[in-house]
Amino acid sequence: MAKIFIYPGTSLILSDLVARFGHTPLGAAMAIRERVQTAGFESPPLQITPEEPKKGLKYAAVEVPSGVRGRMALYGPMIDDADAAIIVNEADLSFGCMGCARTNELLVFLVKKRGIPVLELMYPRTDEEGIAFVKRIRDFLENLGRKE
Amino acid sequence: MTGKVRIAQLSCGPEYSGVQKEIEDAAGSVDAEIFFPDISLKEIKKSFAEFGLDVRSPDLKLAIARAKALVEGRIEADAVFIATCFRCAEAAIVRNELRHYIASNSKLPVVSYSFTERTTSGTLLTRMEALTTIARRRALLARERQEGLTMGIDSGSATTKAVVMRENEIIGTGWLPTTGVIDSAEKVIELALAQAGVNRGDIQAVGTTGYGRFLVGDHVGADLIQEELTVNSKGAVFLADTQHGPATVIDIGGMDNKAISVMDGIPGTFTMGGICAGASGRFLEMTSKRLGVDITELGPLAMKGMARQVPMNSYCIVFGTQSLVNALAAGSSPEDVAAAACHSVAEQVFEQQLQEVDIKEPVLMVGGTSLIQGLVHAMGELLQTEIVVPPYSQYIGAVGSALLSSGFLKER
Repeated sequence: MAKIFIYPGTSLILSDLVARFGHTPLGAAMAIRERVQTAGFESPPLQITPEEPKKGLKYAAVEVPSGVRGRMALYGPMIDDADAAIIVNEADLSFGCMGCARTNELLVFLVKKRGIPVLELMYPRTDEEGIAFVKRIRDFLENLGRKE
Repeated sequence: MTGKVRIAQLSCGPEYSGVQKEIEDAAGSVDAEIFFPDISLKEIKKSFAEFGLDVRSPDLKLAIARAKALVEGRIEADAVFIATCFRCAEAAIVRNELRHYIASNSKLPVVSYSFTERTTSGTLLTRMEALTTIARRRALLARERQEGLTMGIDSGSATTKAVVMRENEIIGTGWLPTTGVIDSAEKVIELALAQAGVNRGDIQAVGTTGYGRFLVGDHVGADLIQEELTVNSKGAVFLADTQHGPATVIDIGGMDNKAISVMDGIPGTFTMGGICAGASGRFLEMTSKRLGVDITELGPLAMKGMARQVPMNSYCIVFGTQSLVNALAAGSSPEDVAAAACHSVAEQVFEQQLQEVDIKEPVLMVGGTSLIQGLVHAMGELLQTEIVVPPYSQYIGAVGSALLSSGFLKER
């Protein structure tokens, strides 16, 4: 079972697909849940404190806006931890989104820089494309299993 | 190297900010020239796609493609200057990634800068000078041993220091607060000569560094007048006996801070910051004054306190002082306030500057502030490493100058 970083990180469909094919999805839900469920924080709605943008400094310099660094504090450790990644480009907003174009650029770059297996797909716009989309994800994840 | 040092510029926006001439003037003043690496449209598309950072601004795409051409040796340069607009998030990401990419894949010295329309050639001068020194004087910077009888003078913004060295040993030192640049230099020279027991005429070579380096250098007829980035790196690795392999040098100065990533005694990437005095030695000086202790007592005092007991954020020296006064008025102990001030300065340097250089051990802290034990302790905690403070760390610039000037050794 491999740890798969999913992009967009908030995509429940992508997260579900990865889990269905027997791997562990690394996405926003886990990081957010961890924070929301941690007792003692008083920083609604996401329970992210000013410490997060500081932690994000590992991934982006101080001149990069705090919102990008705060997001990187959530996603950066997942990229470090991932065995592979699935990137869906130009996804519809309803499919999932990171909320920030600059974070998107940096995340995809850092995933590629790690040199792990990456499946890069365009978001499907028709039924046929949708079927092919799921098939490619299935093949990628099955192959990962075989390699292991 | 003879002739001009060729500095490749990778940038977005300086022409439209009205600062391109300032960049060129800064380079010109240290006998260097700025050039833009020429690449074809096809190369831009290919290199940009290969690099993998999918930015939207075409000028940043061009900068990425140019960086690849430099690293892959398709275009030759002696050094690289990366410059983008202050406050542009996309550019900040690119600047950071290009700096890492060039530093880890080539031997080109690289410096980056985020400019505003107010950037002047004077602001850029020390950075350009360091870039050209690394490119032009590699042989000089490779010097590991001081020879003969030489003197180094560091004319800093807060203090002036002089050191006399003979055959790799420090035999005389002088240290005084800077008042008049030449006056202070004269006095520390006398102190160092007296301690060394030598006459000025016996000195075979002199080097100067620091803000007053040109003025003092002209006054004493220096053989070497050199900015503090390269000189301090050299002095630090010499005194810490880490001349080979990697090291990181941190110098929290009276007016600005330097963080330098060094390999074999030669700086690779460096940052020089400190627009706000809150992150400098000046804030600690003010803290000690407010606490009614000498600056030399601040460090031991801070070691007895708990930084977390006092909320202090010295992002700005005015607000920092306000926190300090409030904390004392609320009954905080001087020990806790001293510790909080040290922690605040260390935290700012950590957040603002140390993220821009690759921290590699050993981490050396130098300059007068390295004697403030509480500051070194706070920095060590933030970096999760043991910080090395070499002997004579407050004389680092003067030692580096004395060491390097022995490359110009002559009988007088």
